[in-house]
Amino acid sequence: MKVIEAMRIALRALAANKLRSILTMLGIIIGVGAVIALMSIGRGVEKYVTDQFAGLGSNLLFIAPGQISEGPPTLRANPVKSLTLADMNAVGDRSLAPHVSAVAADFQTRATVERNGKSVSVQASATTPSYPLVRSWKTTTGSYFSQLDSDERQRVVLLGADTYKDLFPNGDYPVDQTVQVNGMNFRVIGVMEGKGGGPGGNLDKSIFLPLTTAQDRLFKQKNPNGEYKISVIYASIDDADNIPLAQEEISQLMRERRGVQYLDQDDFSIISQNDLIAVFGDILGALTIFLGAIAAISLLVGGIGIMNIMLVSVTERTREIGLRKAVGAKRADVLIQFLIEAMALAAVGGIIGVTLGWGLARLVSTLFGEFQAVVGADAVITSLVVATAVGLFFGIFPAYRASRLNPIDALRYE
Amino acid sequence: MASRNNGETPVVSLRDIKKIYQMGDVEVRALRGVDIDIFAGEVVAIMGPSGSGKSTLMNIVGCLDVPSEGAYELDGQDVSRLKDDQLAAIRNHKIGFVFQSFNLLPRTTALANVELPLIYGGIGGRQRRQRAEDALRLVGLGDRLDHKPNELSGGQQQRVAIARALVNDPSMILADEPTGNLDTKTSVEIMELFQRLNEERGITIVFVTHNPETAEYCHRVVRVRDGLVESDERQTATAGIYAHGALHGAVNGHAPIAVKEKGV
Repeated sequence: MKVIEAMRIALRALAANKLRSILTMLGIIIGVGAVIALMSIGRGVEKYVTDQFAGLGSNLLFIAPGQISEGPPTLRANPVKSLTLADMNAVGDRSLAPHVSAVAADFQTRATVERNGKSVSVQASATTPSYPLVRSWKTTTGSYFSQLDSDERQRVVLLGADTYKDLFPNGDYPVDQTVQVNGMNFRVIGVMEGKGGGPGGNLDKSIFLPLTTAQDRLFKQKNPNGEYKISVIYASIDDADNIPLAQEEISQLMRERRGVQYLDQDDFSIISQNDLIAVFGDILGALTIFLGAIAAISLLVGGIGIMNIMLVSVTERTREIGLRKAVGAKRADVLIQFLIEAMALAAVGGIIGVTLGWGLARLVSTLFGEFQAVVGADAVITSLVVATAVGLFFGIFPAYRASRLNPIDALRYE
Repeated sequence: MASRNNGETPVVSLRDIKKIYQMGDVEVRALRGVDIDIFAGEVVAIMGPSGSGKSTLMNIVGCLDVPSEGAYELDGQDVSRLKDDQLAAIRNHKIGFVFQSFNLLPRTTALANVELPLIYGGIGGRQRRQRAEDALRLVGLGDRLDHKPNELSGGQQQRVAIARALVNDPSMILADEPTGNLDTKTSVEIMELFQRLNEERGITIVFVTHNPETAEYCHRVVRVRDGLVESDERQTATAGIYAHGALHGAVNGHAPIAVKEKGV
């Protein structure tokens, strides 16, 4: 009952001095606003990236030649020993790596695609037929090439969503149309579903063709034994829980196949989505600490501003305090009144800050379009609670001072 | 010390009240043994020059301060050794203050100003509003409930303050130079209001003043000098008749001088 009265008194006092109240809240507004905006944008980016990783295919391991951490391959004395199709077959052999449910190989290079004199540079992925299954990637038109197409080295090609738009600006039906890949005629048999940009470039700006066709007719990348070179092996793992186990299995198998000596480092990398997400998580973690520091500093500054104004307010309203005491206000009544006023300042500042930050996050996500800012309820509640707590903390001293005023002196104060 | 003692308990009973302030090494004896009894329905003026201990006495009678020595019973309750918060409760229930400078909350309606003591008295809702309205009607401001102090004249502001002093139905109203900031005509109206409240409702009123015109409205004048009661005199009831004359005079526009001559 009395607290409600005190709240009404406090809000009335704040409303009476609108400009000053707003200026006082500014520190809190900016602090909370910045945190909410950056956190929402960070969350949005995180969700976007996580979705991208998830889009790579579930329970997926990437096997690539060389150690990622060793720096650019060209700088090393020994050229990286490339992966071959035989490696993929070994990884896909259930008797060698029992937790691998499916494998696909991918040889990536740049290529030029032409149609009706229109030419685009794209990433060419020369894959095994299992590729769409392992990457959980569908076609929107037509279907992926079959084992038969692959065995017969058919000159067939699938287009990424953006490549299709570039080559068929009128939206013509692409299947059975002819395009030139590096000058060689290929028959279009389908269009892949759009995936958007992801780690490793925009997958929609690409084409897909059989590895066999590509390596025998187009790129001719084979190792000295005549085996097809590949850039990456994708291995689907039967269960997310088995990923570490599968990683170990594949590592053993690959070391054996590639003749890596005991104690020598792997000359290949096995990367899980979790590894990628973990790296990203580290970056985000650092960002969060940074944001936390900004928030802490601005709330501290905002809190000191509130304390300052509350002290001024107590001095200005000495007579009011004296009168309240004369008509029966106890120390606790005055204390609560000024505490609530400080908390209200901070809380209202926090609410304005949340609104502002939310608006800013919306604006940014509208401007950049690629991701949607996520304003989490937890972030909102936490910032409001922390802001109010700051108000409470920095309000204690002024409120205590007000509550200790002697009514006789206070009434006489000019 | 009571000038009237027919077995009735006084509202205010001061016995050998002393107040000593320590100013550095110097002891200031503001009150050096004051005895006063004030009975229900009395209108008393406490007068004295500045430095007489008048203000100190008012603070003690108003329960804003406690005496260094002596006993003070308000309505039969010993209040001379109470703590701050206990004094606040006593002030809330038993004393209504009227100040020279009105001391209304700015930007706050007359009604809300009058409700203030009720808030601290823990009275809420409809009852609080009703009592505040009644008090404002009693002082003739029933049509100014939602006016803020800056929309009211000085006399009206002081009426709001009087309503605020009345609203908790106190044992006594303590008025400190209530007409000090008002012009003569308004002063007369305010004093007339006090007098009416006393006559119609039997409210005990204590004025602290150095204005002899205020004293003329009182049944009794207590003069304080050098921390002691110098004199304690009853006056005849002419104050009331006088006040009515003064009011009529004031309304007719030639009051102030006439009032003085008639009164003294």
